[in-house]
Amino acid sequence: MKPAPFAYVRPGSLADALSALAGDPGAKVLAGGQSLVPLLSMRLAAPSTLVDINGLPGLDAVTVTADGVRVGALARHADVLAHDEAARVQPLLRLALSHVAHATIRNRGTTVGSIVHADAAAEMPVVLTLLGGSVEVAGPSGTRTIPATDLYVGPLETCLAQDEIATTAFFPALAPGARVAFAEIARRHGDYALVGAAALVDGDSVRVGYVSVGDVPTVVDLTGVPLNEMAATALAQLDPADDIHATAAYRAQLVRVLTERVVTEARTDD
Amino acid sequence: MTEELLEVRLRVNGVAHDLRVPARRLLSDALRHDLGLTGTHVGCEHGVCGACTVLADGRPVRACLMFAVSAVGLELTTVEGLADVDGTLSNVQQAFAECHGLQCGFCTPGFLTTITAGLRDNPQPTHDEARDMIAGNLCRCTGYQNIVKAVERAAELGAGETS
Amino acid sequence: MTTKLMGTGVQRVEDQRFLRGLGRYADDVAVDPSTLHAAVLRSPHAHARIVDIDVADVLDVEGVHAVWTYDDLTGPMAEPLPLLIPHPMLTHGRTQYALAKDEVNYVGEAIAFVVADDRYVAEDAVGKIKVSYELLPPVVGIDAARAADRLVHDDVPGNVGARMEQNTGDVQAAMAAAPHRLTLDLTVERSACMPMEGRGTVARWDPDIDRLQVWSSTQTSTGVRAVVAVKLGLDLRQVDVITPDVGGGFGVKINHPWPEELLVPLAARTLGRTVKFTEDRREHFISTAHERGQVQYIEVGFDDDGRLLALDVKFWHDHGAYTPYGLIVPIITSTQLLGPYKPEVYRVVFESLYTNTVMVTPYRGAGRPQGCFAMERTMDAIAAELGKDRTEVRAVNFIQPDEFPFEQGLVFQDGRELTYDSGDYPASLEKIKALIGWDEFPAFRAEMAAEGRQVGIGLACYVEGTGVGPYEGAHVHVETSGKVKVATGLTTQGQGHATVFAQLVADELGCRFEDVEVVTGDTRRMPYAVGTFASRAAVMSGSAIHLAAKRAKEKALKIAAEALEASPDDLQIVDGVVSVKGSPGSSIDLGTVAVLSNPLRYAFDEASKAATQFTVGDPGKPPVAEDEEPGLEGTDFYSPERSTFASGMHAVIVETDPLTAEIRILKYAVVHDCGKLINPMIVEGQIHGGVAQGVGGALYERMVYDESGQLLNASFMDFLMPYVTEVPDGIDIDHLETPSPLNPLGIKGAGEAGVIPSAAVFASAIEDAESIPITAMPISPSELFHLRLTHAEETP
Repeated sequence: MKPAPFAYVRPGSLADALSALAGDPGAKVLAGGQSLVPLLSMRLAAPSTLVDINGLPGLDAVTVTADGVRVGALARHADVLAHDEAARVQPLLRLALSHVAHATIRNRGTTVGSIVHADAAAEMPVVLTLLGGSVEVAGPSGTRTIPATDLYVGPLETCLAQDEIATTAFFPALAPGARVAFAEIARRHGDYALVGAAALVDGDSVRVGYVSVGDVPTVVDLTGVPLNEMAATALAQLDPADDIHATAAYRAQLVRVLTERVVTEARTDD
Repeated sequence: MTEELLEVRLRVNGVAHDLRVPARRLLSDALRHDLGLTGTHVGCEHGVCGACTVLADGRPVRACLMFAVSAVGLELTTVEGLADVDGTLSNVQQAFAECHGLQCGFCTPGFLTTITAGLRDNPQPTHDEARDMIAGNLCRCTGYQNIVKAVERAAELGAGETS
Repeated sequence: MTTKLMGTGVQRVEDQRFLRGLGRYADDVAVDPSTLHAAVLRSPHAHARIVDIDVADVLDVEGVHAVWTYDDLTGPMAEPLPLLIPHPMLTHGRTQYALAKDEVNYVGEAIAFVVADDRYVAEDAVGKIKVSYELLPPVVGIDAARAADRLVHDDVPGNVGARMEQNTGDVQAAMAAAPHRLTLDLTVERSACMPMEGRGTVARWDPDIDRLQVWSSTQTSTGVRAVVAVKLGLDLRQVDVITPDVGGGFGVKINHPWPEELLVPLAARTLGRTVKFTEDRREHFISTAHERGQVQYIEVGFDDDGRLLALDVKFWHDHGAYTPYGLIVPIITSTQLLGPYKPEVYRVVFESLYTNTVMVTPYRGAGRPQGCFAMERTMDAIAAELGKDRTEVRAVNFIQPDEFPFEQGLVFQDGRELTYDSGDYPASLEKIKALIGWDEFPAFRAEMAAEGRQVGIGLACYVEGTGVGPYEGAHVHVETSGKVKVATGLTTQGQGHATVFAQLVADELGCRFEDVEVVTGDTRRMPYAVGTFASRAAVMSGSAIHLAAKRAKEKALKIAAEALEASPDDLQIVDGVVSVKGSPGSSIDLGTVAVLSNPLRYAFDEASKAATQFTVGDPGKPPVAEDEEPGLEGTDFYSPERSTFASGMHAVIVETDPLTAEIRILKYAVVHDCGKLINPMIVEGQIHGGVAQGVGGALYERMVYDESGQLLNASFMDFLMPYVTEVPDGIDIDHLETPSPLNPLGIKGAGEAGVIPSAAVFASAIEDAESIPITAMPISPSELFHLRLTHAEETP
């Protein structure tokens, strides 16, 4: 279980990183590497060049404003999780991040990396989507901002081009009076969720994002739907599947349980 | 075609080592095979078991999920760096010995590094926090019962020193 | 007198190395740039004929030193690997070749062997080998094997490797006469030992002395030595096998030789370089061994009290693609199934079946968990049928304390009568009931129900034959420094042998515990040994060490008696000093006794000066008496007539979530009887680990094969070994110490006990919580959810 050979560059500037990426169509970005390195070691992926962005300056910041939380591409999950200001401005970050793998993985893995890895079984893509966040992307022709709703185009696939680097993820602040909740059920603590659900309740508006019940992170608008019908409404838009850990029917049951659980929790005053 | 070798300076347990390794050399392999620090063990090479956990700038990370070339500039601590220079076991090591917190010893280095960092951040964990501290490491021998006790015992030893 | 260490929770001496990162496991040996590394091309198909292997692209790869396929093997290496335990009933035993010849029979079977500068380059080379296959239909799972529409091996009809029957009487007549009858269909799925360290072998050929040194992560160094010598055409004296620290075994490392265990030494000898193979985790999943998979059918006849009048068991055992370890697992299932009970008539029939999957060899418990599951599910079913408490039904069937030795009328795995040596099952039952709160449970259940919570309690009992033969040996050597060097041939995988064996030596010899150093699994130090399996190390090597220490002590007393001019009967040895009882001034150190034991011509230091021929001995007698040998040593062997039988009972309280079907463990209790305890701390550690593995086996772990024979969860991401978060927070343990009459220490084995009743006890508790029959283990929340749906449909 050793990676195939690859060329390695560790650029000192974003411009150099972008030109390294542009210089090799088989190049890939290495940030935290917590998802990428196992794929390399199992030789399920074999990029010809790894562009290690860990040396880029200024990308490790977690910046909190009244608008929301900006997470740089080198901010580790653990940094975001520990950030009290971030948790205050957008509580869903901490709620969800505590479910991301185990603490040791969070020490190295980056939140932005997880977002652009686009695993529908991961928490942070769903969180970004539910909150209406976005990703800032740098490319050869400059930077662009991609709303989360446009980001995910297929299983493990974003609309980022091979020569682009996601530099920042933006999570909007929780609106005054709005509330969030997060819950998931996994086989073992720290495993990918069998199903996860995140609720955002703002006045009458009720939206729930789901982990592990479709190819892409899915958010369902349940505004106006009675609590006891929410899960059915959601399931009409979700696509739970069988795998070796759970059947689709069981996942649907977890959708029912977790939808009610997170919506009720988000509606309950502390 | 010969694979390109890169110059890498790794700082491990306070000592700088200059290596020439291919880019793909995993940090776990560099520690073990290039530096001979075989206390860091490799149990799965996909980041799940935690046997290879080392401290990077004081934080536990999986050495199997990093490349040696990416570890440049980090202060690494392996199990070999936990005891005092005079050989006295650290509180965590001592607690493992007292509580029978290990059997085959293969996963142990990853637990020791993880708990060392965990108790530094939270010197007096509750019972649940003690369990949570080791929740990302696999052990196949002990059923974790005595490892949890060792976390609590190490905290006790630490409290004894500061009081 | 020194306090006896037997029975004391002495801290482990080996921990000092492990805690400092100074353990030395196979991959830690020969860490040197000149060491070469091996990788193996493995079959991606479960069943295929090999049409062609093209290695042309590999030879050019820089850093590659050898690429071998079957065609490169000659002599004994080209023969199939040994069938280690050739039971006469194994009519169709088959083993694989070190490298596949013509056909592959499971995903993972070794096809080509590459040696290169490092493992990275070796894997690159493996990726360049081109193999063309003709695919054959695979046989996956017990149903497919039984159907036998397809065959794993063309010359094994029905996929049946063996069919075996044992009975203790006319079961049909007894069944017909029984007032009540029940049948059960049960399933246990595959799991695996999954030690944290996989396999590993290092070999070095020394041309200067024509000798091979092999380090292997094995449970039997003498076994590896013998087979390496035979396969490489070497004299036994030319092969040393050293077992380094082993990162867990749990059974899988008793099988030998693995292909790499032969190919690495062969490469070392051929290339004249040190060669290392360190298995990676995926390889461990697909190319070592699994266990547990069985389908069982039980018919039972019983009276109004639940007394077993007739027990008729059929089961089908999935042994995978090959049978190197013979029929050990199913034989153990078929015999140990009976547990602490004594059915009036018992018949068991099993078929051991080939499938195109990884082969099956013992995993901690070795067939007992399946047998326990069958028996205990039956007990629960009888209790349910009669409306009786589950403990009552068990109690009426117990062998009573005054019935030992108890003959079950069967032949055990070692070919000897299944005769239980001792035990007290009624006492164990009382203890486990108290420990778990059996009688208080109905109140607890009601209390929880009032909160909308659903709980269940389960119980399971087992008897475990431990300490099987044929023998182990020990060598105890008191050096002139007073240090005591002890060697026994079986190996260590974390059981704390260096500590417990030192306790025994210190107690018997009278030396200081700190002066004892124990070496295991090194054929240079003790070439006669069997191995570490079947919870036998403490019983077998412990007894041998005790006997060897006794011999050394007798010799020490004899020599000291002469030196002190006293009778040996008047001497004592305390803390390494031999003294005349009641006269402490008259004493001599054990080290000095060692000096005296070895009459010397040449002095090399002050101590040896005292042993030269001018200073010791009676000039009128031979310096070494006719019936003596020089040196203060003792060697002895222990070879018991039959196994000891440990026993125990587990109980658990679980909570099942009415909505999510998640299963939570609220309380876990163990009562354990392994005879006299040497080190209770270590025994409890063994139980903890067994219970955790049992939790894994009952609730999380399974090998998931698809129809084509691909193992779908060959990683720690998807093979769900428990973390701390999945195991009980605290395990309540109580001991019973019923000594074994079979060995001098009264001990029985303890290594496997913790895992044996797990599937049974969880099934019992979940069934109790859910009121739905639980017939297949492991069980996941998803499966429990579907059981509920099915049950609701069936019971409108």
